[in-house]
Amino acid sequence: MKVTIDGQEIHVEPGTTILQAARMIGGESVPPAMCYYSKLQGSGGKCRCCLVEVTKGSDANPTPMPKLVASCVTGVMDGMEVNSKNSARVEEARKSVTEFLLINHPLDCPICDQAGECDLQNLSFQHGKSETRFIEEKRTFEPEDIGPNIQLHMNRCILCQRCVLAADQLTDGRVHGVISRGDHAQISTCLSKAIDNEFSGNVIDVCPVGALTDKTFRFKSRVWFNKPYNAHRNCDKCCGKTTVWMFGDEIQRVTARKDEFHEVEEFICNTCRFEKKDVSDWVIEGPRRFEKFSVINRNKYALHPPKVEIRTEKHILEGREQDQKRISMVEVPEKTNGNSNS
Amino acid sequence: MIMEKYIYKQDINITPELMARINELLSHYPEDKKKSALLPVLHEVQDAHDNWLSYELQDKVAEILEIKPIEVYEVVSFYTMFNQKPIGKYMFEFCRTSCCATRGVEDLMDYTCNKLGIKEGETTVDGMFTVVGVECLGACGYAPMMQIGDFYHENLNQEKVDQLIADCRAGKITLHDK
Amino acid sequence: MGRKILLDKINIPGIKTYEVYRQNGGYASVEKALKQMTPDEVTEEVKTSGLRGRGGAGFPTGLKWSFIDKKSGRPRHLVCNADESEPGTFKDRYLMEYIPHLLIEGMITSSYALGANLSYIYIRGEYMWVFKILERAIKEAYAAGWLGKNILGTGYDLDLHVHCGAGAYICGEETALIESLEGKRGNPRIKPPFPAVNGLWQNPTVVNNVESIATVPWIVLNSGEEYAKIGIGRSTGTKLISASGHIKNPGVYEIELGLSVDEFMNSDEYLGGMLNDRPLKALVPGGSSVPILPANLIFKTANGEDRLMTYESLSDGGFATGSMLGSGGFIVYNDTTCIVRNTWNFSRFYHHESCGQCTPCREGTGWLEKILHRIENGHGREEDIELLWSIQSKIEGNTICPLGDAASWPVAAAIRHFREEFEYHVRFPEKVKNRDHFVHEPFEKVRHLVGKTIV
Repeated sequence: MKVTIDGQEIHVEPGTTILQAARMIGGESVPPAMCYYSKLQGSGGKCRCCLVEVTKGSDANPTPMPKLVASCVTGVMDGMEVNSKNSARVEEARKSVTEFLLINHPLDCPICDQAGECDLQNLSFQHGKSETRFIEEKRTFEPEDIGPNIQLHMNRCILCQRCVLAADQLTDGRVHGVISRGDHAQISTCLSKAIDNEFSGNVIDVCPVGALTDKTFRFKSRVWFNKPYNAHRNCDKCCGKTTVWMFGDEIQRVTARKDEFHEVEEFICNTCRFEKKDVSDWVIEGPRRFEKFSVINRNKYALHPPKVEIRTEKHILEGREQDQKRISMVEVPEKTNGNSNS
Repeated sequence: MIMEKYIYKQDINITPELMARINELLSHYPEDKKKSALLPVLHEVQDAHDNWLSYELQDKVAEILEIKPIEVYEVVSFYTMFNQKPIGKYMFEFCRTSCCATRGVEDLMDYTCNKLGIKEGETTVDGMFTVVGVECLGACGYAPMMQIGDFYHENLNQEKVDQLIADCRAGKITLHDK
Repeated sequence: MGRKILLDKINIPGIKTYEVYRQNGGYASVEKALKQMTPDEVTEEVKTSGLRGRGGAGFPTGLKWSFIDKKSGRPRHLVCNADESEPGTFKDRYLMEYIPHLLIEGMITSSYALGANLSYIYIRGEYMWVFKILERAIKEAYAAGWLGKNILGTGYDLDLHVHCGAGAYICGEETALIESLEGKRGNPRIKPPFPAVNGLWQNPTVVNNVESIATVPWIVLNSGEEYAKIGIGRSTGTKLISASGHIKNPGVYEIELGLSVDEFMNSDEYLGGMLNDRPLKALVPGGSSVPILPANLIFKTANGEDRLMTYESLSDGGFATGSMLGSGGFIVYNDTTCIVRNTWNFSRFYHHESCGQCTPCREGTGWLEKILHRIENGHGREEDIELLWSIQSKIEGNTICPLGDAASWPVAAAIRHFREEFEYHVRFPEKVKNRDHFVHEPFEKVRHLVGKTIV
């Protein structure tokens, strides 16, 4: 079947979705995907980030589709023509979805362990705005403890439901799910049960945001200060192929190996992920490569950026210094010039 | 929502009559689709247990239908008719969507709340009455109205509300049609 | 006096019971269909009738039936959508409560046409007493041999059951209804695949509204051609209208499509005019999801033609000056109504009922409600009106199911037709402090305050 995406033609098998076809082409035409995960059955269609415009339905029925369609769940037809990055409508829709995803998001990237490898960060970097139109109070959830290995931070969740599918498809007893509905829907176990299953740790890897993070790595390091290596060990439960995230000689975190679309290549077990933190547990293969513009590559392989000197007039700097003093010590009267705020 | 299990306790009693009714409901679906009976079964179980469902009771339903407890929690929390904590014996559910609002349901709710000495969403200390506002109940032409148990009480005014409260106190109101 | 098809026998005493219903010609369509017609002939009659889905979307019922996958050989199902939750609509409840056997008769005939052997009526949980009425009626029908194995000796088997929801508007969407029937959360499915191919338990399924199915017996008995003679153009037959709001005679009415809105509203046979003879301000003609119409566009379209109760006439002018027939929830507002408050009320409804599955609807409906609530309570900002417009346009069309559209249309129409009222709320917050602010001082009296000269 022939499909054209942003003017680039490709031949694919019947049953391929538009998103998969776009991923085969690669480059900037690949729609962002927050909820779709090729390795989880039934994922996709929910986040609406991957909307594309179908300008020609197929050779047999060339009428364009009136609405934007979710590329991750729409199969290609022979002769279909799709606009992704070339369409202003699509760009507008992606901006809207990004805005919607961010209005209730806590924007706590500076203290979030996912920062640096977060799909929502990347999405907002590409499609977001620096200001907000949302002046209402943000929605928040009660914290919930879901066990010693996994940290749930519901306020950051975008309800992609990947973790629910992962628990359904990888483990034999799902204990967490989506409860409540509407904008108060949340991921929860209801009774603060520990999620305890040999493959439960994979929910961390499938989570596109910082809602599910590794408790054993919590606040240890920013991901871009770690150096990732491919490593493997003989594991009787899983493939044993992982990425270990090192800081000096210390293994701070173990994850599955993720491809360019941030999907894991093979799921790994909890023993590999949480318990094997000694270098002697692993056979290190070599550094893991990341795409050129990934945050993780910053400060490592790139040239040092030229130092920029900001030239400011002297009296402005003096004024700023005075302001700083006042602001940081509001309660303390300035004795020197008698111009105190109190 | 999460820790409520430890606050409220409920006596679980699946009587033979209730079990018979559950089995009747189960017979409406193919053998291998027991989960489909979840909503009707939850209604029956809730009606037989003071109109609310504790997590223990939800676990029991999961056991009967041979599904995972989380599948029951997910469903119970999605649908508004299932109560997850104890409520008054008579729950006054006022419809407050547009048509009822235009016909003065808001004033009537205030009146009822004042009369019972509670705020919307609260239960009286004697455990008799709860007043809540709900979304459209499909009785727009007979507004303002409220639901008590399985039944609708329509074209309300202050006198009718007074009468209903008196009837509830006298035990004259039927909650469920069994 | 219009023709009655559904409510023809509603006044016969005891029509609720099987005996009276049968004595008055009930179940004749089952006899006719099963004994004299093939399933395809029944479908063909329904196609000829031009019957359009009465749940709101108006999709031709016969066409929908013809999409069902009969080739795969998997079991097929008919599911009746009685999850009537659209604010302003209460017609299905009336039908099921007072003449339950009509729906059951329709279910049997329709199931036969589709070749379904296991069918369900999905009723909303709040209608629990109607659930019980239907349950009893189904038992009567089983006892009389209209359901079960080998009906009327024709070899056709049908099991019919009633299933109840538990309080979720979204379960009126057909795929969410199917999910709910499977005992899951009412999250709409992503289409395609459509229910006609993969529906209930992944089997081919047709979901139809109560009123559509209740019309089938008449069509089978009197032919589709006869049905198509009623009405105008592509709006054939009769329609149940649920009338509510500020009118003299609220209730359920059966009208022939093509009746003028003027006659429907003002004649004594129908609504009997405005309550307390106050001036008419606005009309929602088809349930809360459809755009609201201002007084000047109710009886006449933008071109000055009479507005009729048909699918086409009500949507004449598109969303700019028209609306939709929708599910027939006819809500009338007089001059004491605050449109901002009413729009907030609708937005609260959609916020409350959003399933939370897809981003624009989950986040957007809540945002709309919060802004409208602020404006209504005197904390609005001038830029909020533009913001509302922008948010609704970003929700519309970008969601999985039509709830997103339904949440945005009322807001868009309110701003389009009643923008001055929003401006009034923003600029005179002290005047809108009480919720009945238009009761003593209708907007017409203060309209001059927001004239175009004030910026």
